[in-house]
Amino acid sequence: MAVTFTLNGKAQTVEVDPQMPLLWVLRDTLNMTGTKFGCGMALCGACTVHINGEASRSCIMPISAVSGKNVTTIEGLSADGSHPVQQAWMEEDVPQCGYCQSGQIMSAVALLSKKPKPSDAEIDDFMQGNICRCGTYQRIRKAIHRAADLQSAKPKSA
Amino acid sequence: MTTSLLVDRRAFLKTGAAVGAGLLVGFHLPASAGSAEEQEKKKPNPLNAWVHITPDNHVSLLLGKSEMGQGIMTALPMILAEELSLDWSKVKVEQAPTNPAIYDHGTGGSGSVAGSYLPLRQAGAAAREMLISAAAQRWNVNRDTCKAVDGGVLHGARKDFLTYGELAEDAAKLPIPDFHTVPLKNSDDFTIIGHDRKRYEGSAKATGKAMFGIDSRMPGMQFAVIARCPIFGGRVKSYDAAKAKAVRGVQDVISIDPVSEGAFSAGGVAVLAENSWAAMQGRKALEITWDEGPHAAESSEWLRKQFLENAGKPGKVVRNDGDADTTIASAAKKVEATYEFPFAAHATMEPMNCTVHIRPDGAEAWVPTQAPQWAQDIIVGISKLPRESVVVHTTLMGGGFGRRYMGDFVMEAAQISKVTGKPVQVLWTREDDMQHDFYRPASYHKLSGAVDAQGNLAAWKHFQTSTSIDAMWSKEGKEHPENSEFATALFIPYATPNYRVEYTLAESGVPRAWWRSVEHSSSGFIVECFVDELAAAAGADPYEFRLKLIGDDRKIPDFTNPKQGKPLDTARQKGVLKLAAEKAGWGKPMPKGVGRGIAAYFSFESYTACVADVSVKNGAVRVHRLVYAVDCGRPINPEGVRAQVESAAIYALSASLHDAITIKGGRVEQGNFNTYQMPRMPDTPKTEVHVVMSKEEPTGIGEPGLPVVAASVCNAIYALTKKRIRRLPIRKEDLA
Repeated sequence: MAVTFTLNGKAQTVEVDPQMPLLWVLRDTLNMTGTKFGCGMALCGACTVHINGEASRSCIMPISAVSGKNVTTIEGLSADGSHPVQQAWMEEDVPQCGYCQSGQIMSAVALLSKKPKPSDAEIDDFMQGNICRCGTYQRIRKAIHRAADLQSAKPKSA
Repeated sequence: MTTSLLVDRRAFLKTGAAVGAGLLVGFHLPASAGSAEEQEKKKPNPLNAWVHITPDNHVSLLLGKSEMGQGIMTALPMILAEELSLDWSKVKVEQAPTNPAIYDHGTGGSGSVAGSYLPLRQAGAAAREMLISAAAQRWNVNRDTCKAVDGGVLHGARKDFLTYGELAEDAAKLPIPDFHTVPLKNSDDFTIIGHDRKRYEGSAKATGKAMFGIDSRMPGMQFAVIARCPIFGGRVKSYDAAKAKAVRGVQDVISIDPVSEGAFSAGGVAVLAENSWAAMQGRKALEITWDEGPHAAESSEWLRKQFLENAGKPGKVVRNDGDADTTIASAAKKVEATYEFPFAAHATMEPMNCTVHIRPDGAEAWVPTQAPQWAQDIIVGISKLPRESVVVHTTLMGGGFGRRYMGDFVMEAAQISKVTGKPVQVLWTREDDMQHDFYRPASYHKLSGAVDAQGNLAAWKHFQTSTSIDAMWSKEGKEHPENSEFATALFIPYATPNYRVEYTLAESGVPRAWWRSVEHSSSGFIVECFVDELAAAAGADPYEFRLKLIGDDRKIPDFTNPKQGKPLDTARQKGVLKLAAEKAGWGKPMPKGVGRGIAAYFSFESYTACVADVSVKNGAVRVHRLVYAVDCGRPINPEGVRAQVESAAIYALSASLHDAITIKGGRVEQGNFNTYQMPRMPDTPKTEVHVVMSKEEPTGIGEPGLPVVAASVCNAIYALTKKRIRRLPIRKEDLA
């Protein structure tokens, strides 16, 4: 079955098993490996992408359910790492092994789109679906606050 | 990995070592004392790295160790860059090619910085001196009038400047200085070492561009998952390949043999497909049956029965000073306690995987490994190809923690590609990873001790029974299973004339190996909880009691390795204790409902102390704050040190509050992050890390942050509730 969706702003058609999760379409069919496999059960958040702007776990999302939708992955966040959340991640030196960070960043971007100035409690609540085995949580929290500041300082794009 | 990146890295590796015009400086590190000749004869354990300068002034520092999150891709190049007087912002780092004849790639034991510090300084200094000599010759001046600065050589009087790129070709022709006599920078002049630097590959990891093992892609690559017997030691009895092949996308089904020694791979049935998902669906269709093997009856309950039986009898005497038994029997104040630990899984976020292509004329592999040389050995062994035609690329790793020192995942990929002749990526699912790990041993400990009328430690006795790591890995380990199980518990800093340690091996079919901080994870808990119990028995403040028992400044030999191990320096131990206590405000009144505990411990030749603030509500422990003091000698990258300790804190909390691997019917009961829980953002305490800016030789920091956490947390629980927690993870019923 051919499924057509928008991937990082471009139309994309794939001919795969309709049950195949978006994660594996991205990684194995399209060779876009920035989105990571962690658990396969939506328990860890490593595979987080945006579907129509909502943070979604791509490991349990059948590709058929993505038909006609807008998918954004870590690769689509910015061409050069200039997204305020990515900038904040670098400035706070968040990543260690870095494997979960694509998912962490995608979750953080989704949080900030809903709550431009989240409190610690709001961060904890929204981010608890993302596991970091290196335990970078404290820095993630700081980086989200910093990203909020960076975003509010940036003139709104048209 | 995109094809272009593959080509780039291949091209680099092919040309990197062969660029005639560039400057290549290689070096050997003697792993231990001994003549150079003896070292040369030894199996390779020397550390190597390379400095590569191209004529167009690109400087690459090659990394001979594996980056798994611990920051070695930043710390080691910082050392080289310092001696080379490079502009850090321009430094490029490349992974060294796998060549065990020259390199010691093995990355573990928190030993990379400690083992590399001097040789990397020497190599950097040697390269710098050659470049200075080349500049002096070019200018026809005395080399003393030239100095290295910001990636080039400056002539003071003439204000001339030549970049290293302009000098590299000439410098490469000069003799390499003797590393033992080459002048090293005065540490007072350091501008990189000891100064915070951001992670080298941080931006790649914030943009999804970082390439982990699982991201490797080769043209024509097949994706494979393997059905392994869930029971340790079991084998395949029957399966239906046709049913798996009927699944859309499945290309092939191959049986692979278990390898019982060395790689300890489980064997099983590999399903190869055009994508990982199809391979997983094919595996489900196999209708596989198992010959359950000799361990099918093993359970955690059975193991605990063994522990209790063993604990009822004397063990093998590992250390015996004075007469602990008699002293304890006649002591006025004595304490007895038993401690228990379950198996623990590494649970790296990136599940195990390996990508291998064995061709008739050579092999290439992309391996997220802490032991690239072993990966190469395995592929050489399976392929029967000459070593020089087996190229192993070490990739970034989504966590290691000791798990990626193993060879099982490499063995499987090599076995498959040997049969198919095609590139294959073997991917483990989370359940595969959780149920086929090499676990931190389960153990049971019986402690007894006595305090005399003056509040001194009259006696200390420690009996342990465990599923030893060493007993699994070598003949010597089978004879001395205790060697991998005690560490600092054999030379505690608390002075006592009567000190006895005993050990009994417990049998198990569960694979064991090195888990972040290894035996220190249990020893740190036991020693620091039991000394806390003794403090309570003595009616003393736990912090003051520790200082008193440590007593005078002295150096306690490493009982496990007296010749080569650094002694425990009690002045440094007291130093971190005092610093953590001061920063945490030890002794100040606590808010209602919050308890405070302390622990300090020596591991990997580093000193760590931690003060924990906790509360207990509805049978759940909440850790509010951890205040650390760490002394790991001269910190190369203090920011990296802090990050590692913050990380170890969470890893330790995971094992303190949640994780246990339990066995039933010879198999692991847990499977994914719903049954093997770990801390998440809301569970994260405020963690402060105070780094001692020591001038001592640098020592490890990837692991030493871990052993003090459970102890300081449980000591805090005691301070709050008067309940002693003596088994991990902390259970609700133990808090009640």
